[in-house]
Amino acid sequence: MNNQQNLALTVENLEVKYDRFRALRGVSLDVHQGESFGLVGESGSGKSTLLRAVAGLAPVTGGTITVNGKTLGSSRTKAFYREVQMVFQDPYGSLHPRQTVDRLLLEPLAVHGFADIEKRILRALDEVGLGSSFRFRYSHQLSGGQRQRVAIARALILEPSILLLDEPTSALDASVQAEVLNLLEQIRRDRKLTFLMVSHDLAVVTHMCDRLMVMQNGAEVERLSASELARHAVQQDYTRNLLVASEGFVRPATPS
Amino acid sequence: MSALLTVKDLRVQFPTRTGVVDAVRGVSFTLGRERLGIVGESGSGKSQTGRAIMGLTAPHAKITAETLNFDGTDLLDISAKERRNLRGNRIAMILQDPKYSLNPVMSIGRQIVETLRTHEKVSKSEARKRALDMLSAVQIRDPERVFDLHPHEVSGGMGQRAMIAMMLITGPELLIADEPTSALDVTVQLDVLRILDNLVRDRGMGLIFISHDLRLVSSFCDRVIVMYAGRIVEEIAASDLKNAKHAYTRGLMNCMPQIGVDRHPLPVLDRKPEWAA
Repeated sequence: MNNQQNLALTVENLEVKYDRFRALRGVSLDVHQGESFGLVGESGSGKSTLLRAVAGLAPVTGGTITVNGKTLGSSRTKAFYREVQMVFQDPYGSLHPRQTVDRLLLEPLAVHGFADIEKRILRALDEVGLGSSFRFRYSHQLSGGQRQRVAIARALILEPSILLLDEPTSALDASVQAEVLNLLEQIRRDRKLTFLMVSHDLAVVTHMCDRLMVMQNGAEVERLSASELARHAVQQDYTRNLLVASEGFVRPATPS
Repeated sequence: MSALLTVKDLRVQFPTRTGVVDAVRGVSFTLGRERLGIVGESGSGKSQTGRAIMGLTAPHAKITAETLNFDGTDLLDISAKERRNLRGNRIAMILQDPKYSLNPVMSIGRQIVETLRTHEKVSKSEARKRALDMLSAVQIRDPERVFDLHPHEVSGGMGQRAMIAMMLITGPELLIADEPTSALDVTVQLDVLRILDNLVRDRGMGLIFISHDLRLVSSFCDRVIVMYAGRIVEEIAASDLKNAKHAYTRGLMNCMPQIGVDRHPLPVLDRKPEWAA
């Protein structure tokens, strides 16, 4: 529907191999600028591997990845990481335990040689709703939701255009999940960001994304829009099973 | 129907350097041979409630209760040895992640046999046979093969089934399941719940299902207790959850995204200080 220029991210026939294990078997997708695209599947389906491959964290053995019109090679440049940033699943594991929030946010700015550090750190904290009082705390002094906000601030501080989100709320309580999802949506609207989001939770993905891809065993099962999913207009049995499973436990009728 | 478990004014306190932390602050409920859900966020005291009943609270904690009665026995009154005899035998507990709660250097079969032979005098061959039967009861297709596998060689769903087999082999009357399916994929989650549901029904056990997932708990249990900051804020029949009175329960129900419901932004919890009072 759009021409080539509007594509933020294109993945074609991507293959990832860990030793002899094929984690991704020729997956293709395209994400438009400003779009939010979801990847769903169970553990081992390759959804996180795909995200990591885009970020340069997985051994790509075939296929191409194109970001904002530029096809990527085997290594990633500094300029790439200014465009693409990632937020990881576990906020307890992805923040350095012996660095303050200030130091955590300073690191990417120092790497990329930014000048107005002070202003940027304060603005990043403000944007994720934390305020400057959190600046000199350590991550163990924060709750899970606050940590994930710091991780989001760290990703946003370089002003990327694409955000890779790997299960950003699955380690959080339901009430905190709602807050973080709202924050992500607001940031996407304000900054016109492109999201590529992985989740095992169909409800979260349909809430956040316009289109999504269901994956299994390192390959695509089905690609559909959020509204198709909401109408239960799915083609594959696998997707239908996921949909049924996400609606909770149904007690089989007891023979009386 | 006499109650299997009576809990009255249960309190769990942890002395720390910065003062006493009240993890559980006066929880009371009774349990028959039914499925009871305990729901709450992290830090609400739901797991500590389960652990106090099981007798697994850290040794430096202080547990007090007006009544903590299991089938006529006062759990706080009996010796550590008597408590050990109950634990794993008449009261059993399923933990969240089979990766961490199974012994990594012991085959699954041996772990099940060990549990059985700790509590019952049975011969080795009899124990092996009963372990294999139990493994097929949790719908493991090839019990002979799984018997000899180590925990790292099986998937999460399989590990959790092995855990359930281990806990149920002594035929407990009370089963405490602390987030038994949170580490599993949605599809596997339902398989495990179905197995648990059948076993609990067929054997007439009492079940306490502890989880952060209000929707899952309400679809699985008969009755739900909602905890906030160490207290029970609401007790309600699972079928009646839509008519929950407490703002916290309603907020929890509301804040989850639902397929086919378009709500942007999602409603968030507006925490009132009086909830924790």
